[in-house]
Amino acid sequence: MNNNLIKGNKFEWETIIGLEIHAQVKSKSKLFSNSSTAFGSKPNSQVSLVDAAMPGMLPVINQYCIEQAVRTGIGLNAQINNYSVFDRKNYFYADLPQGYQISQYKYPIVGKGKVTIDFKDGNSKDIRIVRLHLEQDAGKSLHDQNPTKTYVDLNRSGVALMEIVSEPDIRSAEEAGLYINKIRSILMYLDTCDGNMQEGSLRADVNISVRKPGDEYGTRCEIKNLNSIKFIKQAIHYEAKRQIEILEEGGIIEQNTLLFNTSNGKTRPMRSKEEAHDYRYFPDPDLLPLEISQTEIDKLKSSITELPDDRKKRYVDDYNLSNYDASVLTSDKHVSDYFDEVINSDKSLKESSKIVVNWITSELFSILNEHNIEIKISPITPKYLGKLVKLILENVISGKIAKDVLIDMYNTKKDPETIIDQKGLKQLTNTSEIENIVEEVLKENQKMVEQYLSGKDKLLGFFVGESMKKSKGKANPKILNEILKNKLSKKN
Amino acid sequence: MEFKSISELQSLLNDKKISVKEIADTYIKKIKEKKDLNIFIYFNEDKIYEQVKNIENFSNEKKLKAIPIAVKDLFCTKNMPTTAASKILENFHPTYESFVTQRLVDMGAMFVGKTNLDEFAMGSATNTSYFGNTINPLSEKDIPLAPGGSSGGSAAAVAADLCLGATGTDTGGSIRQPASLCGVVGIKPTYGLCSRWGIAAFASSLDQAGVFSKNVTDSSILLEEMAGYDQRDSTSSNVKIPNFSKELNTDMSGKIIGVPKEYAVDGISDEINQVWEDAIKSLEKKGAIIKKISLPHTKYALPTYYIIAPAEASSNLARYDGVKYGFRADDSNSLDEMYELTRSEGFGKEVKRRILIGTYVLSAGYYDAYYIKAQKVRKLIANDFVNTFSECDFILTPTAPSAAFPLNEKQDDPIKMYLNDVFTVPASLAGIPGISIPYGSDKKGLPLGIQILGKHYNEQEIFNAAFALEKDYE
Repeated sequence: MNNNLIKGNKFEWETIIGLEIHAQVKSKSKLFSNSSTAFGSKPNSQVSLVDAAMPGMLPVINQYCIEQAVRTGIGLNAQINNYSVFDRKNYFYADLPQGYQISQYKYPIVGKGKVTIDFKDGNSKDIRIVRLHLEQDAGKSLHDQNPTKTYVDLNRSGVALMEIVSEPDIRSAEEAGLYINKIRSILMYLDTCDGNMQEGSLRADVNISVRKPGDEYGTRCEIKNLNSIKFIKQAIHYEAKRQIEILEEGGIIEQNTLLFNTSNGKTRPMRSKEEAHDYRYFPDPDLLPLEISQTEIDKLKSSITELPDDRKKRYVDDYNLSNYDASVLTSDKHVSDYFDEVINSDKSLKESSKIVVNWITSELFSILNEHNIEIKISPITPKYLGKLVKLILENVISGKIAKDVLIDMYNTKKDPETIIDQKGLKQLTNTSEIENIVEEVLKENQKMVEQYLSGKDKLLGFFVGESMKKSKGKANPKILNEILKNKLSKKN
Repeated sequence: MEFKSISELQSLLNDKKISVKEIADTYIKKIKEKKDLNIFIYFNEDKIYEQVKNIENFSNEKKLKAIPIAVKDLFCTKNMPTTAASKILENFHPTYESFVTQRLVDMGAMFVGKTNLDEFAMGSATNTSYFGNTINPLSEKDIPLAPGGSSGGSAAAVAADLCLGATGTDTGGSIRQPASLCGVVGIKPTYGLCSRWGIAAFASSLDQAGVFSKNVTDSSILLEEMAGYDQRDSTSSNVKIPNFSKELNTDMSGKIIGVPKEYAVDGISDEINQVWEDAIKSLEKKGAIIKKISLPHTKYALPTYYIIAPAEASSNLARYDGVKYGFRADDSNSLDEMYELTRSEGFGKEVKRRILIGTYVLSAGYYDAYYIKAQKVRKLIANDFVNTFSECDFILTPTAPSAAFPLNEKQDDPIKMYLNDVFTVPASLAGIPGISIPYGSDKKGLPLGIQILGKHYNEQEIFNAAFALEKDYE
């Protein structure tokens, strides 16, 4: 584990990281009102009297959001609390209409849990979860619309968030990345959050401190509101380095809340501990304590199908995939669903699942990325990709030809067999035809043959290439190789 | 022309001896004549005549058809502005109607105006209103008296015969105390019986809507229409509302009446003690059994109330920040300054005092010592009542420690003012129903009130006891 240590000028340092992830609950309506949660609508078009905190308006719990939080808690292997309380967190801001945020403080809906992260080297690690609580999101203050005014958009005001708090079990930026990815994938499997970090559906606050291995925890700083894994990693790298430099020069870390500047990659103080708000939490008298029976919890539990770890285990057990490959594949539910559909499209593919994985993660991904298309709307269907892999396995086409066919499949949405037939791309397996081609190539390159025979073994590749060119890429590489070697040895 | 009750006015209407418009004319005239009492924050003849046209189309079956009702200006109303008696909501026009007032509208009631109150219902004399004091209609010319508060405008409106009923809200006594000081009937039902939806909040765990009227029967008619489950208020009770007026009776035989010794406090006038004694004797004569009881935590009720209510208020009033609606101070250079100026200029002294107290008791380091402790004491006070009600049917006490007092008497001493609620606050903390009815008077002829407290959801019991006592003055 000590490979996570950071070398300073004088000492080696360990980074201690805890994350607070804010995940927007996937729900048609808000936590305490029935307005829509759709993203990107006209400003202030999704604001109810409750969201705008008009006099006399009262919150009413959206039961669906509660169920989503419970499902998430189950997915985090966590304790679901039968009793939880909504509190008011009091502070003033222009995009906080009530003057308080309804959140959960002392009694959260979900208690202790854990998730597992998987490393490339095959190792795994558990990250403990402290709690998950429900709270309202604030609106948005828009400072760039007018030189002298701030505009407020309340569409987001009152949208349900789940705050997932980890123990400080994370020891590096890489682990933080794996952890967020894992949480994101659990949420997406459960369909309790859309996981869209660009739209802000998933954001994180990072608590970070450094210490010499074996020492007590150092003073921590909190970096607020990071909305991409890339920025989270950058921020951790920068902040750990900053703290180490201060400590090695004999300074002390001030417990500050920081903001990360994405353009220069640096953190800067937002407020100090002295300036910290006193939020005056107290139970919201407009809402009764939330009670959930064990029966309800069990019912929700039984509604959950396969979680990423279950699926990962299935891939390892049934398809012989490595732990890491399986975890990469399962981390994105859509990718994993696609893989399952490919495998299920033909019995024979189960034996060759590793090849299927490669075709998805390298060839298919590169085409989709190039066109910026998500896999769930891929024009190449899992069934057709399965067919293509099967054609390769049966030596009907070579892997090289298959790559061209895949591009055609993307452009035309056609069955790979149709494309191969129409373009006459079937592999050449007829030995005499290949022999003729090889003969011609050797005849045309007498000098090279001599050089080969005098010991320049590397020229074999040249002959393969020339022969392949002549066959228009259709020659079966294995047969071609054999014939070439055979013919050349006879010339000796 | 004076109408004594809802039923009297309705039979005149049914017999076509009076028209809806004539009812409107009558009350508009009365209200104009009593303009000097400053009972209404909002009064507009046109708005009344607008309603007349609608009400005329209502069937005569509608229980409150054409009944003139005054609405405490804490209830949001669609066709009249709502101010909570605060500068911060001056010119605020809700786009929605509170649950309670909507019920009344649906039953054909005619709203004559919005009545004055203590700012955000914080006060006991209707003297913290941004729109000035209301004067108790029972005052003599040279000594203006306070109507009590916070629903002083509503109590005064009924006392001055400017309506047949008025809505109020009661957080620590804001219906019962002004009812006592103005000589009218006022009931605060069980917490949760009337939806709080659309009522500007003061202290959410205590606020409860109720009603004022000239007699017990009218209060029972009005309450059965106003009460009911509302899914938009999570603290609203999903209970069946009895037909209070139909079930009303004076049979007190065998009823056990609790008389708590803790309510015999020092400094209460002999007159009040005498009236209390008279009421006990009267019920005894009607067949009730008197039982001395003890509510041992009563003395902690006021301090407990003055922690919990301001704590909730400090948070409830945070929404009045000048950003979205209501008053905003000019000329601020930053968001923080805008908040400071808006709230400094927009709120009155008493509201600011309570926001400060509430902010203090909730702040880090003090929360456990004040708020948590107060919650524990509140539980003890509630338990006192639960225990007591296992041995009596209802409790009889004075409503207020004094009759109506001169307007400026307690103005500069908040503690003295808070003592007005000494008899009403315990029931608020326990969430139980309480009614105040006029019973006797002091030497100057000012009315005194008797309070009857009942078990949760047992409004019928206290209506009946009040109804029985009311007969003594017919």
